[in-house]
Amino acid sequence: MLDLVWLIPSLPLAGFLVLTFGGKRLGEPWAGWLATGAMAGSFLATVGVFLDLAGRDVQDRRAVTTLFEWIPAGDLRVDVGFLADPLSLTMCLFITGVGALIHLYSVGYMHGDGEFPRFFTYLNLFAFSMLILVLGDNLLLTFLGWEGVGACSYLLISFWFTDEANATAGKKAFVTNRIGDWGFMVAIFMTFFTFGSVAYVDVLDTTAAGTVAQSTATFIAVMLFVGAIGKSAQFPLYLWLPDAMAGPTPVSALIHAATMVTSGVYLLTRVNPIIADAADWVPTMIAWTGAGTALFAATIAVAQRDIKKVLAYSTVSQLGYMFLAVGCGAYVAAVFHMVTHAFFKALLFLGSGSVIHGMDGDQDMAHYGGLRRFMPITAGTFIIGWLAIAGVPPFAGFWSKDEILAFAWNESPLLWAVGLVTAVLTAFYMTRQVVLTFFGRHRFADPRSDEVDAVWAARLAGADEGVEAARAAVVDAETALEVRRGAATAADEAAVTEAEGVLSAAVDALTVAEAAVADVRAAADVRPDLPALALAGAPDVGAVADELPDAVADRAAHHPHESPWTMAFPLVVLAGLSVLGGLVQLPFSSSTKRLEHWLEPTLFHNEVHLSIGAGTLWVLAVIAVAGGAVGIAVAVAAYGQRRIDHTAFERPILAEAWRFDRKVSDFMGGPGRTGFDATAAFDRKVVDGAVEGMATLVRREAGLLRRFHNGLVRTYAVGIGLGAVGLVLWFLSRSSF
Amino acid sequence: MEAFVFFASAAIVLTGAVGVLTSRNPVHAALFLVQTLFGVAVLFVLQDATFLAAVQVIVYAGAVVILFLFVIMLLGVDRAENLGVEPIVGQRPLAAVIGASLMGMLLTLLLVATDGPTGAPGRTAPLGDAGDNTRRLGEALFTGHVFAVELTALLLTVAVVGAVVLARTVKGPMQPLPVVVVATSTEPADADAGPDTAADEESEEAGGA
Amino acid sequence: MVVTTSWYLALGAVLFSIGAVGLLTRRNPLVMFMCVELMLNAVNLTFVSLGAELGDLGGQLSVFFVLVVAAAEVVVGLGIIVAIMRRRQGATADDLSVLGG
Repeated sequence: MLDLVWLIPSLPLAGFLVLTFGGKRLGEPWAGWLATGAMAGSFLATVGVFLDLAGRDVQDRRAVTTLFEWIPAGDLRVDVGFLADPLSLTMCLFITGVGALIHLYSVGYMHGDGEFPRFFTYLNLFAFSMLILVLGDNLLLTFLGWEGVGACSYLLISFWFTDEANATAGKKAFVTNRIGDWGFMVAIFMTFFTFGSVAYVDVLDTTAAGTVAQSTATFIAVMLFVGAIGKSAQFPLYLWLPDAMAGPTPVSALIHAATMVTSGVYLLTRVNPIIADAADWVPTMIAWTGAGTALFAATIAVAQRDIKKVLAYSTVSQLGYMFLAVGCGAYVAAVFHMVTHAFFKALLFLGSGSVIHGMDGDQDMAHYGGLRRFMPITAGTFIIGWLAIAGVPPFAGFWSKDEILAFAWNESPLLWAVGLVTAVLTAFYMTRQVVLTFFGRHRFADPRSDEVDAVWAARLAGADEGVEAARAAVVDAETALEVRRGAATAADEAAVTEAEGVLSAAVDALTVAEAAVADVRAAADVRPDLPALALAGAPDVGAVADELPDAVADRAAHHPHESPWTMAFPLVVLAGLSVLGGLVQLPFSSSTKRLEHWLEPTLFHNEVHLSIGAGTLWVLAVIAVAGGAVGIAVAVAAYGQRRIDHTAFERPILAEAWRFDRKVSDFMGGPGRTGFDATAAFDRKVVDGAVEGMATLVRREAGLLRRFHNGLVRTYAVGIGLGAVGLVLWFLSRSSF
Repeated sequence: MEAFVFFASAAIVLTGAVGVLTSRNPVHAALFLVQTLFGVAVLFVLQDATFLAAVQVIVYAGAVVILFLFVIMLLGVDRAENLGVEPIVGQRPLAAVIGASLMGMLLTLLLVATDGPTGAPGRTAPLGDAGDNTRRLGEALFTGHVFAVELTALLLTVAVVGAVVLARTVKGPMQPLPVVVVATSTEPADADAGPDTAADEESEEAGGA
Repeated sequence: MVVTTSWYLALGAVLFSIGAVGLLTRRNPLVMFMCVELMLNAVNLTFVSLGAELGDLGGQLSVFFVLVVAAAEVVVGLGIIVAIMRRRQGATADDLSVLGG
């Protein structure tokens, strides 16, 4: 059944082609079912290939299936072929499996969207590209998939492109990725230059045989690392991931949690012989980049209010863990965490999508609260995901995270400490998210500060209008009095007095109106500020409680609702996987370390061996669990029981993501812009100038030479004479004396 | 003796040439040309090329120069040319440079260089003495080079036809030549130059070439 | 002293240079033509001298043909000059610059 390996990417490709040409006609929901079916078929094919490969002997578990020759250019021969080995199949399994579940989810989530078929077209194209990326048997094919997922990411993030912010987010993702892609490309060039081939079989076997110079391996490893940090959103190229949340939630789940962002980790794991042959500082750099990014992102996630942004930064943080593992030489742990992360992060994202769906598009956690009564399935599965990511045993996340921490300790206690702090923060912010969303009082019916402000503004405007009217009345009365006075005779004294009375009444009315305005202003000044998070009770809106807009009442009447089965079913499946996922790599004994044995042929013995004893491992595990418990406890105390003031954690600088994005924009707008303008000017003046300068030069030369043609015979004769002189001169120079 | 004849002929030739160069009146120039041609004829005789000397006098001096004089007479261009003015800027200096360098270099080449122009012995026909010259020339021409002789005959015929065509009078009103204002530096060329010549910026630069 | 071939050749060279200077300097077309004749004569002299030195009739043969062609050239050239100078009285070489660029 190994022959079926070509089916794995082909089914999504076929789905993409059918949907491109017939998607609109298929419409909702058949376009969605077709795409989901393609993914499901791909998953079945993957299972088939997996079973075949698992049934073989360990040495036999690598099969290259070449489809056709792609680039025959002299010494560069690149074929389109698939490398079916344990690493690629592991990736394929969760890409197709989780992908199929997300396709199913999207059928429910995108219901009613006008562009339903287009969404699935892009999703299938993405799946195809991702599968090419992991199945490709050479660096160039991987790069093809790499670029393909980058393009699909752009298409999907800016899916609702009519809103300018979404389009910009898509562009930002693409451009940031491109920086990483440069590194990848340079690495491919160097690989071809060094090995004469870009196929993994050639490159990795040669490297493992130890014939590569360290400087070359270092260079290639560093360049691939640059590519990886672009795709896997590590510092400083992580900026696109939070903005990518502008895309629909299934996109965030599939691309920015489970699959595309793991490409970087996959790439580094794939080329582990090169990393092993590189200088020692390369793995250290990878590990510290991962650990630093993990901590950095975790601190930001603590202060986010958007439910998806929390998960986005959490993804960056968890990817940092995977890089930390790779840097410590723990490739199995990295892959293990990649798999479990795919399960629980996809679960969390889909759950958040369910919440957003139930709340009719509202993503601000300040408006959630107590949703578990309305969305029990979502809440239940989300809680399982939470426990997994927080590292609570026996859920999947605990096993994988603990493995990474053990290897980090093996490498350097400082790295372990960073990892531990990040774990504590992870537990904290995830608990915060769960408590704010599903527990506590219902805040969705609370009036919001902008609504209250609008009411006060209306009041003030009304009072001001009253003053204006009163003033106008005073003016009218004065005018009338003047008229009466002017036209009065003795008998009209009564009329004049009446007019005076009217005037004084108008003046009194004006005074009253002005006093009213002053009252409103005073009341507005002393009105209570609405808290950002009304955890304790409904916010006190003061005097305007009766004048709140109808939207508030509508919200109170309209409960959030649970999602349909198309969305709930994947949640349940993923929850199950999050519970059981840890079973593939239990650290108790060699026989339970199934993932390690499975991945062995791809590791070329580069997996670092733990040099710490079982006792230390137990202690580290206990400390990790304790740290997680501390994080959960503090979050519950702050947000659930309100014993700690939660604003102490939600610092503004964290909410602004350490202002790093702003600094980058400022730099690009300022000194960066100068550089860009200089480059553009260089291109215009020097490069274009050289080309056009050639033409101008020729024209000017021709203009000069033209003057020789004056039509006078004698001038031409002089020319002939000079030529003759030249000729004789030449003869003279050749003769001897 | 030979040296004396040579020097005398050389003097005649050179003075005649300088005379052609410097005469203002074209008739004088034609006469000086005749002088030069005679001198060259004497030099031919010195070299035992007697037939050629005769042909030189008869054809060149006797026919070509007469032709020149006829044209001068026909067209009335015997009016003197204003030699003081050179309209084209830089022409005279350049001419001087060319002449001097040409002369200098050629003389150097011929007199000083050791492996100057060599020339290999030809294979046409052996040279005889002066008296035999005509006979040998005739033999060579009409046996080995008869083709070339026929061609020259054709050439002469064509030239005569061409001359007749070129010089016939055109019936009808005369068309003037196109008036082109290229002139040269500042003053008009001749005192009797055409009235249409005008000075122009363009030609100032043209003269600088 | 013995007059060697080089003397004749030198004389030819000087005559040629004088003819060249004259061609470049004079404006009257007829005089320019005469200078051309001077140059041709110089060449003829050279031919004959070398023929005499090398003992070959070829030099004189060449002169013969040069003479004939020069005559034909004069015929045609003067015809052209007549044709031009009939139309514009007192035209010089400088006035015929229609082909200027």
